[in-house]
Amino acid sequence: MAHHGHGVTATADARVAFLGMPNTGKSTLFSALSGHHAHIGNWPGLTVDLMAATVQWEGQTVELVDLPGLYDLRGLSEDEAVVRRFLETTPLQLLVVVLNASQVDRQLRLALQVKALGLPVVVALNMADEAGRFGVKVDCKRLTRTLGVPVLPISAKHRRGLVALRQELKEATGRDRPALTPPRSVVDCLPEEDDALPAALASVLRQSVELPGEWQDRLSRRLDRVLLHPWLGLPLFFLAMALMFQAVYAIGAPIQEQLTTTLDGFGSGVLRPALGWLPEFWRHFVVDGLYQGIGTVAAFLPVIFLFFLAMGVVEDSGYLSRSAFLMDALMERLGLDGRSFVLSLMGFGCNVPAILGTRVMRSRGLRLLTMLIIPFSLCSARLNVFLFMAGALFSPRSAGVVVFSLYVISFGAALLTALLFRHRYAGKEPLLLELPPYRLPTLRQVFGRAWAEVRHFWIFARRFIVIGVVAVWWLNNLPVGVQPASAASLSGQLGQLLQAVLAPIGLDPQLSVALVFGFLAKEVVLGGLAVIYNQADPNLLGTLLAQKLHWTQAYSFLLFTLLYTPCLSTVAVLRQESRSNRFTALSVGWSLVLAWVASFVFYQGTRLLGLGG
Amino acid sequence: MVISCPTTGRGAPDCLADLQPGERATVVTLDGEPRLLQRLCALGIRPGQTIRLLRQAAWGGPLHLRVGMTELMLRRQDARHISIAPLS
Repeated sequence: MAHHGHGVTATADARVAFLGMPNTGKSTLFSALSGHHAHIGNWPGLTVDLMAATVQWEGQTVELVDLPGLYDLRGLSEDEAVVRRFLETTPLQLLVVVLNASQVDRQLRLALQVKALGLPVVVALNMADEAGRFGVKVDCKRLTRTLGVPVLPISAKHRRGLVALRQELKEATGRDRPALTPPRSVVDCLPEEDDALPAALASVLRQSVELPGEWQDRLSRRLDRVLLHPWLGLPLFFLAMALMFQAVYAIGAPIQEQLTTTLDGFGSGVLRPALGWLPEFWRHFVVDGLYQGIGTVAAFLPVIFLFFLAMGVVEDSGYLSRSAFLMDALMERLGLDGRSFVLSLMGFGCNVPAILGTRVMRSRGLRLLTMLIIPFSLCSARLNVFLFMAGALFSPRSAGVVVFSLYVISFGAALLTALLFRHRYAGKEPLLLELPPYRLPTLRQVFGRAWAEVRHFWIFARRFIVIGVVAVWWLNNLPVGVQPASAASLSGQLGQLLQAVLAPIGLDPQLSVALVFGFLAKEVVLGGLAVIYNQADPNLLGTLLAQKLHWTQAYSFLLFTLLYTPCLSTVAVLRQESRSNRFTALSVGWSLVLAWVASFVFYQGTRLLGLGG
Repeated sequence: MVISCPTTGRGAPDCLADLQPGERATVVTLDGEPRLLQRLCALGIRPGQTIRLLRQAAWGGPLHLRVGMTELMLRRQDARHISIAPLS
């Protein structure tokens, strides 16, 4: 079970923290040791959430904490400051330092820094199998002696060496083991950077590590020759993304549809009769408001799961950092990096997982800027509305042009947003990314992660979404007894009220109400139009719209739909990931302004040209 | 802030951004803002270390480097802060 908003487990008998550089498989080790009991906790005095889990070992309740990846305990990044603050304020029974065995030549430096803190330390030498393949030989027994702390070879991915490591952890967290913090501030404990540390490192390396003369990873070198080719690299990248995208939605869309049908069937077949004892108004509220609204969001879950499966493969295989390499020349000019591009591209399926995916970026500025542009990616829900409206209101030949133009505008809006906000959210950290060797991801790894992401989304977003669903339902159905979403209802009145701003962009009260629906999710826009025009048959609804609307009004509506807030779920994850109400408000506000200005320019422009209706 | 190599006997060194793909070089000095310096050091780019340039991305994109057992990408503008002595 996952929990939010709680930090240090007061009842824990002992606490173990995991520390290591990025790309060492630290989180994989953490989840292998903690099982599926990890939760996200707010820690007092820290600016980021940390993953924590409690396990029962030998009758003791032990809390395991996964610290953010860091390169250097003296480091200047936000994550490095978080780790220092954590170590200074949280007494620990044991600190586990996770090192990538094949990069032990430079990573041992971190182990030496940690050792200087005077805490009980165990070194887990991860990816030991891979190191052997690359010709790196580490004598763990000798390293244990020279380093003065236990060093254990493991492979978290393949779950090797975990029994011995767990045993070591159990001993260190046994009864009567004291919980310690460093005697002085972390920085004061560290050995001298220029003198003591390099000498110690060289000595330890000489005694217990054998490095190959030349890089032995032929596979990565060969793959890079093709995948990072100056001319072939980018086309191959786009091809890979297109295929992945196709696969996710080819599999996901039917599942989503099936799930929607099943949930609808349950609502009308089981839930409605079961609630027969409720007054009609309340039954309507529970079934058509609450249940259906939550169902709409629940139907996203399969696509989110598949997205994270695909994302896991791209990331764990080592291709994500290669995509950053390929796209960086362009993205650097926009204040972004190649990973932002991959995520925006993912946003064309669904914005929600794309925003969750920005967690791969550690620089907050870069992350926020990426989160600001993702909502402009034309997601599959918006595409549904566009395909319907374009088909109903435009000739078959121009319908294709209409949809294509919306894709172009979607890119343009993202570009414009990046250019406008890149100084405000300039990434303060230099882009220096590791290009790890290509690896075959394991099923357990990618499935475990996708599952965790879906659970996380569902647990957080549902609260937010329930509130939104309920609010829109009330707007449509109050005062009591009105025809839902009619002119007399609150949303109808709101539509009238909004005429002051929406009439100049060609939207009548009915279309305005549809936009209120669309705030919830673009999936409900068509359903909303059906309710508003009281016409459930899609073909008849299309004909009706074609009679009522001029094409410039329709296109203005499509433009607005493309650019304003994608859905409540997106707002929920923006808030969850940015942890800032101000940023969330900026994102929503900016998209509304941009939507209005674009529609205004289009609608009034066509009128001036004499094309308007 | 400058971190320099204690054993430099050569003339004016080149900078890493000028290296050609496939060439190797020894790092002589690093300068630039502390954040960049620290990250470079942590990833193994420090005076005295040998670097190989594997490739450059098209359109002035980043460099693909190998130092020790680590491969990484570095933007060209950041590579200008690293002076080197080419190795044959």
